[in-house]
Amino acid sequence: MKQKKEFDYFDRPETIKKLWILLYVVCVLTTVPDFFTERHAYFGIDGYFGFFALLGFISCAVLILFSKLIALVLKTKEDYYDR
Amino acid sequence: MIGDFPPAALLILGALLVPFFKGNARNWYVIILPALAFYLISQLQPGSSWQIHFFGFDLTFLRVDKLSKVFGYIFTLNAFAAFIYSFYLKDSTQHMAALFYIGSALGVVFAGDMVSLYFFWEVMAVASTFLILARKTEKAQGSAMRYILVHIFGGLCLLAGLVIYINQTGSIAFDAMTDRNLGTYLILIGILVNAAAPPMHAWLPDSYPEATVTGGVILSAYTTKTAVYTLIRGFPGWEILIVVGCIMTIYGIIYALLENDMRRILAYSIINQVGFMVTGVGIGTMMSLNGAAAHAFCHIIYKALLWMSAGSVLYMTGKSKCTDLGGLYKTMPWTLIFGTIGALAISSVPATSGFTSKSLIIDGASHEHLFWVWLILEIASAGVFLHAGIKFPYFVFFAKDKGLRPGETNKSMLIAMGFLAFLCIFLGLYPKPLYDILPYEVHYQAYTINHVVAQLQLLSLSALVFFLFLKLLKRTETISIDTDWFYRKGGRLFYYLMDKSLNGVNRFANRVFAEGLAGFAGRMSRRGPEIFTLGILIPLWSVSGLKGEKLQGRIETTRAALQTGTAPVGIGAALATIFLVIIFLLT
Repeated sequence: MKQKKEFDYFDRPETIKKLWILLYVVCVLTTVPDFFTERHAYFGIDGYFGFFALLGFISCAVLILFSKLIALVLKTKEDYYDR
Repeated sequence: MIGDFPPAALLILGALLVPFFKGNARNWYVIILPALAFYLISQLQPGSSWQIHFFGFDLTFLRVDKLSKVFGYIFTLNAFAAFIYSFYLKDSTQHMAALFYIGSALGVVFAGDMVSLYFFWEVMAVASTFLILARKTEKAQGSAMRYILVHIFGGLCLLAGLVIYINQTGSIAFDAMTDRNLGTYLILIGILVNAAAPPMHAWLPDSYPEATVTGGVILSAYTTKTAVYTLIRGFPGWEILIVVGCIMTIYGIIYALLENDMRRILAYSIINQVGFMVTGVGIGTMMSLNGAAAHAFCHIIYKALLWMSAGSVLYMTGKSKCTDLGGLYKTMPWTLIFGTIGALAISSVPATSGFTSKSLIIDGASHEHLFWVWLILEIASAGVFLHAGIKFPYFVFFAKDKGLRPGETNKSMLIAMGFLAFLCIFLGLYPKPLYDILPYEVHYQAYTINHVVAQLQLLSLSALVFFLFLKLLKRTETISIDTDWFYRKGGRLFYYLMDKSLNGVNRFANRVFAEGLAGFAGRMSRRGPEIFTLGILIPLWSVSGLKGEKLQGRIETTRAALQTGTAPVGIGAALATIFLVIIFLLT
C-alpha cells in the first residue's frame, strides 16, 4: 500500500518566499487608507501618515534588542537552580 | 429560593460529592456543575443576601451587582470549558481541587465584606496548590512549595491591612477605598501579589508551567483575575496602579521574548495582559473600568484557549520547550488552528475578542489625555503580537521540523478549544452581549476605520519585525533569572553570608575567649604569684650580690615553693598584701 504523502506545504522554500511577499504587501496595504481618511488624533502625532506602522516597527525592534541586551545578564543554564 | 443560592457554595459543596462518582459519570458531573452555577448567576437579582452574624461581624456571602456578575459569568463559563477539556482525566483529586479553587474564586467575587473575602482568598491559594502538586514531579513540588509561601506572604499583607482598616473605619464592608494609609496600602500589596505585579510576580511563571496539563488551563484564569476584580471594586482610580500596570505590560513581554518553554511564554504573557487591566483600573474612568472588566472576560477565554493548545501539545508529545518542538502543523492541525485563534485574539487583531475589549482600556487612556500611558499601551500591544501572537504558534507548530509526529489530540480537548475559539471570534464580531453585562453603560464603537487601520498597521509591522529579526529570536536552552532568584538562590546566599558572618564571629569569639583568654586566665592564676614574687625578688637578689648559679638556684626553689604552695609564711603574707593593694587600687 502506498503511504499518503505528508502535508509539508509550509516547509517548502517557494511557500516561504510567497509568504514573505504577502507580508510585505500587507504591510504596505495597511498604510494605504491613511491617504484617504482623516484620523482623529488625540495627541497630534497619532494623526500622522503611517504613525502606527512606524510605532509598531520601532517598538518591536526596540523590545527585541532590549531583551537581547538584558539577556546577557539574565540568561543562564536550565539547571541553574538545581546546582 | 434557588435564585439566591451562592454560586460559590454550589461548586464547593459539589466538590465534596466528586468521590461518589466513577468514570465518565464523574466527568459529566464536573461539567454540569459550572453550567448550573452559570445559570444560577444569570438568575441572581442585584442586592445583598446570605448575611450571617459571625464573631461580631455581619458577613455577606452574596453581594450581587453587575461587576460581580460579569466575573461570575466568565468564571463559570471558563470552568465549563476547562472541565470539557479535562474529560480524559481520571483523577478525582484534581477535579476536587479545581472545584474548590473555582468555587472560592466565585466566593471572592460575590463576597460583600472583607472578612469573607479574605476567607475565600486563602481557600483559593490552598486549593490551587494541589493543581500544581498533582503533576507529581520533583520540580512541581518545589514550585508548589514556593507558590504557597508567596501566597501566604500576600495573604498576611492582606490580613494585616484588613485589621488596620477595620480598626480605623469600624466597618468590614468592601467598597471603593478612598483613604490612603498603611492599612489600604497593605491591602493593595496583598492583592497585587495575586495580580502578579513585579516584583511580586515570579510565583506565576515559576508555578503555572509546572502544573498539570489541565491544571495550567484552570490556574491561568482565576487567581490573577480575582485580583483584577478586587482592584476594580476596591481601588478604582488609584494612580499608582497606572504605573504598576504599565510596568507589567512591558515586563511580561521582555521575559516572554527570552523564554524557551511554551507554557512559561504564556505565563509571562498573563503578566502582560493583567498589566492592561491594572492600568485600566488605575485610570479609573467608567470607560477604562469597563475596559478592565471586559478585558478580563475576554482574556480568560483566549488565555485558557492558548493554555489548552499548549496543553494538548504537551499531552501528545510530552515536550514543552520550543527547542524540542516545531513542525507540528503537519500532525496537529486543529490544535494549531484553535491555538492560532487564541493567539490572534490576545494580539487584539480586528474581528477577535481582544480587539473589542482592549480598545476600551487604550481609548480610556487617550480620552483622559494620558499620553505616556497611551504610548506604553500601544507599544505593549505591538509586543503582545511578537511574544504570544506569533512566537508561540511559530516555534511550536512551524519553525524547524523536529521529526515529532504525535497526531491530533483527543476529541474532548478539541471540543473545548473549538468552543472557546468560537467565543473569541463571536465576541470580536459581535461584542454587544459582553458590553451589555459590563458594570457601567457602554457607548462605544470599536470598529471605526481609523481604529481598525491603526491596529492593522501596528500588527503587520510587528509581524514584519518578528521575521526580520528571527535570527535574534532563535531559541536557546536557557532560562532567565527573575525575582524568584531572591528566594531561590538568595536563600542560599543568605545562608552562606550568615554562615560566614555569624559563624565567623562565633569562631573568632571561640578563639579569643574560650581558647585565648581562658587559657591566659588559667596560666595567670597558676603562674601569677610566681611572676609577681620573682619580679620583685630577682632585682632585690641581684642588688644584694647574688649571681649566676646561686641566683638560678634561688629562683628554682622559690618557683617550686610557690607552685606547690609551700612558700615561707613571709613571702605568702607579702604576696597577699600586694594583691590586696592591687585590688584596692583597681577598685
